[in-house]
Amino acid sequence: MNILLPALSPTMEQGNLVKWLVKEGQQVNSGDILAEIETDKATMELESPDDGIIQKIIVEEGSENIPVNSPIAILKVDGEDELPNSGLVVNEKSSEAEVNIPNDIQSTSVSISSIFNNQVTDDKNWSEKEISMREALNEAIAEEMDLDKDVFLLGEEVAEYDGAYKVTQGLLDKFGSKRVLDTPISEHGFTGLAIGAAMAGLKPICEFMTFNFSMQAIDQIINSAAKSLYMSGGEINVPIVFRGPNGAAARVGAQHSQCFISWYSHIPGLIVVAPSNARDAKGLLKSSIRNPNPVIFLEHELLYKEKSNVPSENDFLIPIGKANIINEGSDLTIIGFSMSIHRILLALPEIQQLGLNPDIIDLRSIKPLDEECIYQSVKKTNRVVIVEDGWGNTSFGSHLSYLIQSNCFDYLDSEIVKVSGKDVPMPYAENLEALALPTREEIISAVKKVTYKN
Amino acid sequence: MAKKISNSFTNKELLGFYEKMFLIRKFEEKAGQLYGAGKIGGFCHLYIGQEAVVTGILSSIQSEDTVVTSYRDHGHILARGVDPKFVMAELTGRKDGISKGKGGSMHMFSKANRFYGGHGIVGAQVPIGVGLAFAHKYRGEKKISRVYVGDGAMNNGQVFEAFNLASLWNLPVLFIIENNRYGMGTAVNRSAAGKELYERATVFGIKGEKINGMDFFEVSQAAIRARDHIYENSKPYVLEMDTYRYRGHSMSDPATYRSKDEVNEMKSNDPILSMKNKLLKDYKINEDELNNVEINIKKQIKEVEKFSLESPLPEINELFTEVYL
Repeated sequence: MNILLPALSPTMEQGNLVKWLVKEGQQVNSGDILAEIETDKATMELESPDDGIIQKIIVEEGSENIPVNSPIAILKVDGEDELPNSGLVVNEKSSEAEVNIPNDIQSTSVSISSIFNNQVTDDKNWSEKEISMREALNEAIAEEMDLDKDVFLLGEEVAEYDGAYKVTQGLLDKFGSKRVLDTPISEHGFTGLAIGAAMAGLKPICEFMTFNFSMQAIDQIINSAAKSLYMSGGEINVPIVFRGPNGAAARVGAQHSQCFISWYSHIPGLIVVAPSNARDAKGLLKSSIRNPNPVIFLEHELLYKEKSNVPSENDFLIPIGKANIINEGSDLTIIGFSMSIHRILLALPEIQQLGLNPDIIDLRSIKPLDEECIYQSVKKTNRVVIVEDGWGNTSFGSHLSYLIQSNCFDYLDSEIVKVSGKDVPMPYAENLEALALPTREEIISAVKKVTYKN
Repeated sequence: MAKKISNSFTNKELLGFYEKMFLIRKFEEKAGQLYGAGKIGGFCHLYIGQEAVVTGILSSIQSEDTVVTSYRDHGHILARGVDPKFVMAELTGRKDGISKGKGGSMHMFSKANRFYGGHGIVGAQVPIGVGLAFAHKYRGEKKISRVYVGDGAMNNGQVFEAFNLASLWNLPVLFIIENNRYGMGTAVNRSAAGKELYERATVFGIKGEKINGMDFFEVSQAAIRARDHIYENSKPYVLEMDTYRYRGHSMSDPATYRSKDEVNEMKSNDPILSMKNKLLKDYKINEDELNNVEINIKKQIKEVEKFSLESPLPEINELFTEVYL
């Protein structure tokens, strides 16, 4: 039988074969460790699926970016023929039901990184290298911890485990257990603790393994972190960053797939940022750590692997409250942030085929909002589409469309169309999950609607 | 009569603690009157009856130590040395209030006096106080965070999370459970399973004891014992104070859930009267000196009242300031 590279995490699409622990011709038993596989999250051990002999090693150790489900070795199972019987190969696609997935984000990663790499967001000549958002966030934390001894990191599995999503990898070794702390699974408690430490002048980076778990601590975030400056008459500020993945990752179901943009941007006293690419992630996280207010820093698990050119310098910052026009046009304005930017870019070629060239605004900061950038664009294009992953009811996108109509009423040539997540808990099935989020087709149809191309 | 308890306080210091208790009592009585007169709005939770707790703890505090408590915070911020006129002006919602009139009775803070609120959500101050202790340890300071928590909050989940973290990370924090027997209208025996509230902390490896919270000297001695334990062992400590509030949970609470007899019985053991008696009999402090303290406080409270009513309302532009720094 073929031994295939398994998917070892919900977001893993490829892996690296770090090491073979067996040789060709070796007898193995079911459950024996065959190899070490590096995933997007961790290095995992691959177990033998059956008793038999390793007949052939197909993929050498040290190989990188091996697609999930590709054969890496052949196991001759006791009682089987010499050559693998193709009928026994698991995960054979042909036997599966036809799955029609309306939206495939992964397939666009190359073009997305090239779009972001062509962005000139500042004048300075930085020394840049292409790294993933995961690495960019790690660099931002490490640099700020180097610069300021009051900055420390706490959260579940951030230290010895190297971070559930590898964002905090290596930080324990670098800064020690006094400044990089594994917490118990105790969001309400450790969030309150971090806020108290911030009140005393420290600058905690409080990681939520995902923002879904921040609901356990939302009273502390809103009632203690966001409101203390005001209700103390300016006496007590809370310099803290709450960060972690937000929104829907990949098939992790209703309780682990939710966007909190609308929740937190509702609250006075909180800053809310949501970067869409590695460069912005680094610059915004550094600005957030230096900011004296509580900052909700919303990452996205599916973007952790996305690469772009990122400056290595300590003083590279992206200001909070500045949007970024990532495609300049004149026919309409499409507004998004975080993951929805990638959905918009996925639809862009088809939009261009309609003869339309849009302004695409990546908000980056949700609160404070770069209203000037938005209104300038709308006054130029007169048409607006808003794309948000979160639910559309009483949503940030709804508020944004209110702001636009009240500030640009005379400039609008069409209604504002909002493409939001569907008003359902996130389904598990692959096709339903894709439909629950804004699809390429919906974005294109919204564009057609505001440009009267229906 | 109780015997003189040996301690290191001079008579002058003891008079100072008596003065503080008397100040808190008179301040709260005045706050109650001003509430009745419509000068104080919203929620107003009085501390009358519990003064020995905050004053006894005060006797163990170094000036650099931090304190955090819940919404019944008037006595706590006064004990930390904030001028009562700024506290009363906060209750009347005026410009000169300690929070510029933007916090109210439940939300008062003073960094200069190491007082970190003033928190309105039951239990929320407990992890925050553990966080203050975390900062002390992180910076290598010889400071203790003192966290007050009511009996009602002792059923709140985050309190247990905070106990766990404090003990797990060996943080310099003293938890003071002010068990005044009722969480709003619900008696402790109707809300808390188990025997003693402080035992809910001891299961996390936190040393603790229950103290007569109506007696300044007993509270003071326990507070010093706890402080020294924290210094020596770098571990948290818990004190449960058996105490009583004479008034309702808040000004709008008629307190029909308890009998007049019960209240009167507790009042017969009044912490201020009993301290006064001890100072007279065991410490031979002159009655004139004690009377002088009382006269001066009563005079001060009149000035405090005047200040709090004459201070203007906050400027309109204050509405939008201090949302962000």
